[in-house]
Amino acid sequence: MADDVSRIALDGEITIYRAADLKTTVLDALRKTRVLEIDLSGVTELDTAGLQVLMLAKQTAAADQRELRLLQHSPAVVEIFEMLDLVAFFGDAVLIHA
Amino acid sequence: MNLDEALQTFIAESRELLEEMENALLNVDLAGDQSEAINAIFRAAHTIKGSSGLFSLDHIVAFTHVVESLLDKVRDGSITLNDEMVVLLLSCCDYLSGMVDGLAAGQLEQDPDTAPEGEMLQQQLRRHMDGDAAPAAAAIPALHAEPSVERIDTERGDSDYWHISLRFGRVVLQNGMDPIAFLRYLAKLGRIVGIATVPDAIPPAEEMDAELCYLGFEIAFDSTADREAIAGVFEFVQEDCEIRIIPPHSKVSEYVNLIRALPEQAARLGEILVRCGSVTQQELDGALHQQSHKEEDAPAQQLGSILVGAGNVPPVVVEAALAKQKQVSEQKAQESRSIRVDSDKLDKLIDLVGELIIAGARANMIGQHIQNTELLECTSTLTGLVEDVRDAALELRMVKIGATFNRFQRVVHDVARELGKDIGLIVDGEDSELDKTVVEKIGDPLMHLVRNAMDHGIEPAEVRVAAGKSAKGMIKLNAFHESGSIVIEVSDDGGGLRKEKILAKAVERGLVDPERKLTDSEIYNLIFEAGFSTAEKITNLSGRGVGMDVVKRNIQALRGSVDVSSREGQGTTVTVRLPLTLAIIDGFLVQVGSSVFVVPLDMIEECIEYATEPGQDYTNLRGQVLPLVRLREQFRIGGTATRRESIVVLKFGNHRAGMVVDTLLGEFQTVIKPLSPMFSEVKCISGSTILGSGEVALILDVAALMHTVGGKGAVAQAA
Repeated sequence: MADDVSRIALDGEITIYRAADLKTTVLDALRKTRVLEIDLSGVTELDTAGLQVLMLAKQTAAADQRELRLLQHSPAVVEIFEMLDLVAFFGDAVLIHA
Repeated sequence: MNLDEALQTFIAESRELLEEMENALLNVDLAGDQSEAINAIFRAAHTIKGSSGLFSLDHIVAFTHVVESLLDKVRDGSITLNDEMVVLLLSCCDYLSGMVDGLAAGQLEQDPDTAPEGEMLQQQLRRHMDGDAAPAAAAIPALHAEPSVERIDTERGDSDYWHISLRFGRVVLQNGMDPIAFLRYLAKLGRIVGIATVPDAIPPAEEMDAELCYLGFEIAFDSTADREAIAGVFEFVQEDCEIRIIPPHSKVSEYVNLIRALPEQAARLGEILVRCGSVTQQELDGALHQQSHKEEDAPAQQLGSILVGAGNVPPVVVEAALAKQKQVSEQKAQESRSIRVDSDKLDKLIDLVGELIIAGARANMIGQHIQNTELLECTSTLTGLVEDVRDAALELRMVKIGATFNRFQRVVHDVARELGKDIGLIVDGEDSELDKTVVEKIGDPLMHLVRNAMDHGIEPAEVRVAAGKSAKGMIKLNAFHESGSIVIEVSDDGGGLRKEKILAKAVERGLVDPERKLTDSEIYNLIFEAGFSTAEKITNLSGRGVGMDVVKRNIQALRGSVDVSSREGQGTTVTVRLPLTLAIIDGFLVQVGSSVFVVPLDMIEECIEYATEPGQDYTNLRGQVLPLVRLREQFRIGGTATRRESIVVLKFGNHRAGMVVDTLLGEFQTVIKPLSPMFSEVKCISGSTILGSGEVALILDVAALMHTVGGKGAVAQAA
């Protein structure tokens, strides 16, 4: 297991249509590294299913002693996080758009 | 109910829903408050999607999903409905109707022929979603950033808020519902003061299915809306979702109750509730302690009764709950008040009632014949009952014309667009009822009349303005009952018919003799002659060779009549008169020679003694000229008239005529039996019936009889 930081980017619609694929992508990436950074700047839409995948990744990371950081939240992501008061749950710095 | 039957129900329901959706779309007020209409549209799309999911009709689910997504955005206000979208959604409605029709024809898969159209519509829908959604989404974080920080700190512990606890069912995502969308919608009813997203149900990564929903939410909600309105937000998911709503000012024990009902651990939940601001830590601790104590003392007592007994539940809550319960039971009652019946079964019933009437008439006749008073009394009671049964049975088939009229909203909308004219539709008398068969058959002729009025009646906007009229043309549909008929009027406020033009055309086509003098009304009615079209140019809409003569023929086939009146520069009114029912009528029997005829009773004004100068075809009815029809001559019946002939005064529309008959036999319930096609060319007879004696009597076509008088009158004038 590499001790470095790796980064992936998600873009487009993070929705139910892609949720199953995204789950695999994110968890696979998470397993290969200690710290995974996900760039969300290209996300145009986030729905409940997409959000769940991110939450799952966060919980899995915590359980495995790894770290998940979300970066560059796009407006669509910020809106959902704000609305559901999830900023604290993820613990990343957001509000860069405000 | 097997799946096939269920599918039929689904088809019928979908059609109704699509109709509702269409109406809502057409009535949506683009400038004013649209929420009701949008909800109606959304509900229709949503229900169709849900039901088609049940039948694995994936193509319908996929399509409605896109429609629904757009509507959802409209509903939560991120997109505003515009004219273009209404047109697009109407097309979607049509496309869905097409799919439902395909389904009715047994096609359970996507029809490859229409697939490209569906694709195109979906693309357009997406374009609307993306085009308008992006800037709105970008704007929201900026607006929300500030309150999101202050809301938890300053307002915590204040219990003036509703508390809503949501645990979404696993399948909601698969059903195409997005919990976030519901929360967005909820936020329109008030302010989400605090929210806690509960991820506890998310299983370990390997077991987690990304397409199931594991989330729950605890929400403190500040709103003046009532419980019903809040619960209504989650109407579409209430079946697979646990929703608990606690009103403002509820005692903490309510929250304890909630905590006990939820799957998560109590301590964790308490923390969540405190966090989202519905309850304070102190209150919670106290209540938890108190309740566990109480339960030891009286374990059998229900929590609800404890709460009420202790005055913990404000009366408002109880009232709200009672009202809700009452509403539910009322709704159930409403549902069970109407049932769907196959129309064939109704037809069968009407047939049987018809036979019953004939049999009753026969019994009555025999009673009179053998002069048994008891039997006569008995048959008279029986006749009364049979009449009641007849009326009740016929009433079953009566439907309001409103549904037919409402279809024209769409027609007018579309045709006006096609023609580039601004035309509105006014509908009046939607509550008038008439027989279902008549309603079904009147649709096409009415359609033609409406299209015709729009195409030829309403002038282009410039002409209208120049004539001092408003640029927007109006078509009016009106229905009312008049002496046993239903009258449907199609009127426009256009240029009216031009007499000279019609007359010239008629002469050119050899329809009338140029020497003949015609009344205005006769000239106008020439437009119903076969081979007559005043359209100077053939447009896409009317003038396609299907003329007004077909309209007239169709209406006559329903034993109806059609008439037109017009005022130049002010508009044209086409009046369609139809019998209320095609099955059984109250008739009046008359006899000429040995033949018995039936006249619909509703068309008879009175019966008078025959009196006229010899050789005249009219008589003096209280100072008015009454043209006469002599049935003996009309049907070439042999024999000579009886000594005392009678005149039956008939009224049809605005016309009156007297019918000369030998004998009046009295009223008779007439079961209309159609004549075989062989006799379809026979004039002045619309059907037949069977008398109590088993003899056949012919039913007179009053409209046609009137026509023969009208023709004579004209000849007499010309001579």
